[in-house]
Amino acid sequence: MKFIDEYRDAAAARQFADAIARITTRPWTIMEVCGGQTHAIIKFGVDELLPKDITLLHGPGCPVCVTPVELIDKALEIAARPDVIFTSFGDMLRVPGTKTDLLAVKAAGGDVRMVYSPLDALALAQRHPDKQVVFFAVGFETTAPANAMAVYQAQRLGVENFSLLVSHVLVPPAIEAILSAPGNRVQGFLAAGHVCAVVGFAEYEPLARKYRVPFVVTGFEPLDILQGIYMTVKQLEEGRAEVENQYARAVQREGNRPAQQLIAEVFEIVPRKWRGIGDIPQSGLGLRAAYARYDAEKRFGLASMMVEEPTECMSGLVLQGVKKPHECPAFGTRCTPEHPLGATMVSSEGACAAYYRYRRVQVAQEA
Amino acid sequence: MDTVSDFTLCCPIPISQYPQVLLAHGSGGKLMHHLIEKMIGPAFSNPLLDARHDGAVLQFDGLRLAFTTDSYVVRPLFFPGGDIGKLAVNGTVNDLAMCGARPVFLSLGLILEEGLPMDILWQVIRSMKLAADAAGVQIVTGDTKVVDRGKGDGIFINTAGIGVIAHERVIAPQSVRPGDALLLSGDIGRHGIAIMAVREGIEFESAIESDSAPLVEPVSRLLDEGVEVRCLRDLTRGGLASALVEIAEAAGVRVNIDEASIPVRGDVQGACEMLGLDPLYVANEGRFVAFVARQDAQRALAILQAFEPQASLIGEALDGPAGRVTMTSRIGASRIVDMLSGEQLPRIC
Repeated sequence: MKFIDEYRDAAAARQFADAIARITTRPWTIMEVCGGQTHAIIKFGVDELLPKDITLLHGPGCPVCVTPVELIDKALEIAARPDVIFTSFGDMLRVPGTKTDLLAVKAAGGDVRMVYSPLDALALAQRHPDKQVVFFAVGFETTAPANAMAVYQAQRLGVENFSLLVSHVLVPPAIEAILSAPGNRVQGFLAAGHVCAVVGFAEYEPLARKYRVPFVVTGFEPLDILQGIYMTVKQLEEGRAEVENQYARAVQREGNRPAQQLIAEVFEIVPRKWRGIGDIPQSGLGLRAAYARYDAEKRFGLASMMVEEPTECMSGLVLQGVKKPHECPAFGTRCTPEHPLGATMVSSEGACAAYYRYRRVQVAQEA
Repeated sequence: MDTVSDFTLCCPIPISQYPQVLLAHGSGGKLMHHLIEKMIGPAFSNPLLDARHDGAVLQFDGLRLAFTTDSYVVRPLFFPGGDIGKLAVNGTVNDLAMCGARPVFLSLGLILEEGLPMDILWQVIRSMKLAADAAGVQIVTGDTKVVDRGKGDGIFINTAGIGVIAHERVIAPQSVRPGDALLLSGDIGRHGIAIMAVREGIEFESAIESDSAPLVEPVSRLLDEGVEVRCLRDLTRGGLASALVEIAEAAGVRVNIDEASIPVRGDVQGACEMLGLDPLYVANEGRFVAFVARQDAQRALAILQAFEPQASLIGEALDGPAGRVTMTSRIGASRIVDMLSGEQLPRIC
């Protein structure tokens, strides 16, 4: 298939891997930020092709994994109401809250539906004026434009029975949190290509200068990732700390201006709690006052709900790149995709789920 | 009362985990597997059921029969390339074919929802008639029930089938040996994507049609030509991956497949990329895998390619670890292929 097969070519992958091995003279630790990249790395076995000196750490870029548990509980409470049609991307349906998940709420009679776009949820609201239609707006800068568009359209069309449960997070503040942590091991970043397609990559330039780390904006196919690693290692070996763009077929420095304008129209920057990591200032998006009536937390009076995280899950350390999934004592035993203790085991983008699905044998053999 | 002592009255699937049935319990993945292994299998345990094949193989005075049943609850009732009636015939016919049997008789159980337009029912019946003729089976007994409006989804169909096994071979996971070649009868993923496209209102340049088809002919050709067939399995819910994990577990072998050799049509691949799905887990209704003796692999491939040019040699059975399926990825690395734990959920971004 065009634009897919050429980025999964075995001979080209081998050439890139050899080139990385040639230029690597000492150990380097690189973090891929985005869960989509983690998934591709583990699924295709990209890391198996790398020299031993290169360590890949899996970053916090899985929206499902970092959505705080109280927001899941709020979703569960809203979804169980008889007057509500609760809509979400498929990934979120199996994420455990403190007691249950959305699929179980559905089995118990809640009207929970999977949609592919928040605009589908808006259309649902128009078709069911007697119901409250709520969309679970999770994700990074990638999903923000479509979610902003849904709210913008709802206002333009006067659809009042539609609202968003918002848990939007932003990548650069999370990267800064990782870089400024005392135990930070990350020496270079593969920045998430699709996030940069929306917001561009100028934001990374001050981070690269301040912390002296290279960033390479990277795509999602195996060859993209290998090239991104090659460019990062080259910078590290040459002592450079710049922002480079591997994913030029999709990303420009300034990003997508109309999408940014729409996000700014509907959302403002707010502090957010990240599951497993904690509060990060200025790290999320919330609805602006002008659109506050589309805020499901306000509409259903849930703004003040607080919940404790289960203690055994160490997903926070995994998300910060301090631990690898199989270093967790619960991995594969008390925590599996059927019975996840934390969200990193649920989403296919989550590092723990990716290791569980594709790597159990190798992990067991190493142990 | 020794006979019942193995069977406790406690629910063997802890209620604390799943107090209610989830849709995933019927999706062909791990949850369904658990339901069968922990609740249904032990309750009725006997050698025929415990073989865990697509159908039971019964012996009477030298005559061997295959017997199977399946229920069909697809929505929408009509989709590109087929409808619930065609599925209900081909699905059961194919389960019999996977036992190495020639399907002969089917039963038909109809559960209809009050208010179903009569011409819809007639279209389904006509489609079943055409599919039965094409597969060479007769529908010889049946039952009809009607439920209140809102208590069904238009039409639910159950079919059971009987087939005759006219050879001595044991075609079952237990016959698979390390070294056997693994063949796939055609491209995968079309049925699941065809259904999803209609359900989600996703349009492609040309409609993707379900692969629903009877598999009787290619299977009997393999057997008639003397190919040493060890195990056959049609790919339905749960896709290629789940079928291979089931066989590897039941056969006690490792199975390795080569990603680059698995045929997926461009439009199906595109839909999967767009929707965040893995074609290995997408449903099929007219494809099967065959484990055959290594020396017969090329002959078997030629036979299958006469029916579907995209049929392909995709892997092999190997020595342990038992029950493990691995895949050589396109870029030459190796990874596990696992059964899905629930339904395949599209990723966010």
